[in-house]
Amino acid sequence: MSFFEFVSVYWPRLLTGTGITVAQFFLSAIFAVLLSLAFGLMKMSSNRAVKGFAVTYIEIFRGTSLLVQLYWIFFVLPLFGVTLEKFTAGYVAIAMNTGAYGAELVRGGILAVPKGQWEAATAINMSPAKRMWRIILPQALVNMLPPWGNLMIEVLKGTALVSLISVADLMFQAKQINASTYLSAQIFGTALIIYYILARFMLTPFMRWLEAFMSRKLGKA
Amino acid sequence: MEDMSAFPLEITGEDVPMVSFRKVRKAYGSLVVLDNLDLDVAAGEMVTIIGPSGSGKTTVLRMLMTLEQINGGVIYVDGQPLTHMSKGGTLVPANQRHLRKRRADIGMCFQHFNLFPHMTALENCMEGPVQVLGLPKAEARARSEELLELVGMIDKKDQHPSRLSGGQQQRVAIARALAMRPKVMLFDEVTSALDPEVIGEVTNVIRKLVSEHNLTMLMVTHQMGFARDISDRVCFFYDGKIEEQGKPADLFGNPKRERTQQFLSAVKEAV
Ligand SMILES: Nc1ncnc2c1ncn2[C@@H]1O[C@H](COP(=O)(O)OP(=O)(O)OP(=O)(O)O)[C@@H](O)[C@H]1O
Ligand SMILES: [Mg+2]
Repeated sequence: MSFFEFVSVYWPRLLTGTGITVAQFFLSAIFAVLLSLAFGLMKMSSNRAVKGFAVTYIEIFRGTSLLVQLYWIFFVLPLFGVTLEKFTAGYVAIAMNTGAYGAELVRGGILAVPKGQWEAATAINMSPAKRMWRIILPQALVNMLPPWGNLMIEVLKGTALVSLISVADLMFQAKQINASTYLSAQIFGTALIIYYILARFMLTPFMRWLEAFMSRKLGKA
Repeated sequence: MEDMSAFPLEITGEDVPMVSFRKVRKAYGSLVVLDNLDLDVAAGEMVTIIGPSGSGKTTVLRMLMTLEQINGGVIYVDGQPLTHMSKGGTLVPANQRHLRKRRADIGMCFQHFNLFPHMTALENCMEGPVQVLGLPKAEARARSEELLELVGMIDKKDQHPSRLSGGQQQRVAIARALAMRPKVMLFDEVTSALDPEVIGEVTNVIRKLVSEHNLTMLMVTHQMGFARDISDRVCFFYDGKIEEQGKPADLFGNPKRERTQQFLSAVKEAV
């Protein structure tokens, strides 16, 4: 079976799989950003309980493997009465794992904003919340976009793990097709190419565009 | 613990100073930066602070802007305690709410401008009036444009700071501070980071404020000529204390203390 014949037969399943992968990626990315913001800010809190909670979360999720976290969320949490559907468990695990790394990026981005910006905001008597939201975070965001680009690539790659809890993503479809056809080179080769295209020709250019857009907004470009 | 009964809950009577430092102490760890500072600034007065590097000039302004906490004494603004609030008939350290209320009277310009880089000149000026004072956008815009006009920056109002020269940025920063309608303006070496040829455009704005507006101003500068021209009073700081103060003609023309003389002649040589 030629490669083109192979693709012409199996493209519908590869396409639905890719759709699921993309959906997992977007949901993971969105929740990861929110978790990063929340925990990054919490880690900078002067309240020790709040800070301790953030530090614990970051430590646990950075210090253990994503796959184990995924299994915990899908197989172990139900024993404590929290049952998530496999699709949900997939992106929740990835988001929580990524959020722990993202929280450090948020913190680093905030710390990189010059002290003078905090002081100027205080000098016009801004409340701490407005100062953070309107003055510090927009500048921190620009600082941290490049490392976020790398993290997003990791998220995309990480989505392949959800196939292990039977979410029908691209990797899952590839394994199924492989199991019934033994066309390993074709199927895994195609999967490889699709992941590569998603990362290099869609995600990376988007992040580049976002960086350029944000620095234009900052009047830097 | 400091005996707070030595400090009044508020300053009343005639000629209440706009700013009053009373026995103010500031230390970083074991380094005492200001020791028992007493300084009154009358309403509408322009006071310039000069002195060698590290003598505590910036610290005075930063404490007044509440960017630094003080370790002793009380600062009053317009008769009301700034660093403290009265509670049960005595003064206790101010909480955030009190600081936000009292800080509204004070504006500050920094050596490095510190404009918000993600906002245009106009947006920089409107930010405080809209977000802090809650003014309607149209009103905040009118007020900001008027001030940008005053500092000669109206034609650059839609530029981001990165497109502006240092002198232009500093003028926008002055407009941004004025847009909050403070009673007291603080200038910390606002020309030190500027190229010599643009210093004049900033000092001219400050001159205009002195002659046309009834603001109380505290200014730190190394430009002795400028200080001599526009100040009502000059304070020479040395080692965290006011070594000598007086009218500019007296302090510059006839300094009494040896350290003042040394400092002034050293500065003269450097020019
Ligand atoms: N955050 C800080 N931590 C420790 N020491 C500080 C801090 N800020 C200032 N100091 C010290 O306090 C002293 C007074 O500093 P300040 O900035 O007020 O001096 P200055 O008179 O403004 O000097 P310059 O002319 O160089 O600006 C200096 O010895 C300085 O090293
Ligand atoms: Mg200084």
